[in-house]
Amino acid sequence: MKFGILVNEGPYTHQASDTAYLFAKAAIEKGHKIHRVFFYHDGVYNSSRLTEPPQDDRHIVNRWQKLGKDHHIDLVVCVAAALRRGIKDENLQEGFRISGLGQLVESGIQSDRLVVFGD
Amino acid sequence: MTEATGGIEMEEDTSGKVKKFLYVNRKAPYGTIYALESLEVVMITAAFDQDVSVAFLDDGVYQVVKGQHTKGIDVKNFSPTYRALEGYDIEKLYVEKESMETRGLKESDFLVPVKVLSAGEMADLMLTQDVILSF
Repeated sequence: MKFGILVNEGPYTHQASDTAYLFAKAAIEKGHKIHRVFFYHDGVYNSSRLTEPPQDDRHIVNRWQKLGKDHHIDLVVCVAAALRRGIKDENLQEGFRISGLGQLVESGIQSDRLVVFGD
Repeated sequence: MTEATGGIEMEEDTSGKVKKFLYVNRKAPYGTIYALESLEVVMITAAFDQDVSVAFLDDGVYQVVKGQHTKGIDVKNFSPTYRALEGYDIEKLYVEKESMETRGLKESDFLVPVKVLSAGEMADLMLTQDVILSF
């Protein structure tokens, strides 16, 4: 099955991003395809290159980056939500890209299931 | 059009494919940004010529209540935008009856025409949708 994923919450404060990541990983292991992860609302913070968690904690941003790279997942950050919160190309982690909400709608149209992770 | 769709080209392989999108709004209009950012996606979806419905549940029913005044909290009152949805051919707006009644609201309190559905009817509506986005 082809999945689209929407992440609506920021890292560490809320479990949404963790759950989305674990879901994506499990789906891929089962042979499904994740074609895009869209980051919206505070979810855009999942793409900040400036993120530096303590060494003994999971690195949520880099974890997404690696999953995206290993499995050719399009990691898209909403431009309007990102600009509102100070996420720009300058501090965007490599592997993510900033684009419009149209990418979310397109993901809903193209995927068999769009799964929303939020509050 | 480019601005409305965030700069993406419309000639993607989505052309001609129409899905049923339901937006489920559960949060109060102010205090968090969910309502405003949900409304932004709703408008974009219309630009893709999809079959859009919008539902208001729990505190989300307050999003479409008449007479919102936000000057005191220094936040933009975006409620007039709900009235503009009609112009984007988004006319299927639903309010959950139980949420409305629990909050002492009635159909005439809303700033746009809405259809009031019981929780059971709302569940049936959800079953008919292809994509449900909850904010």
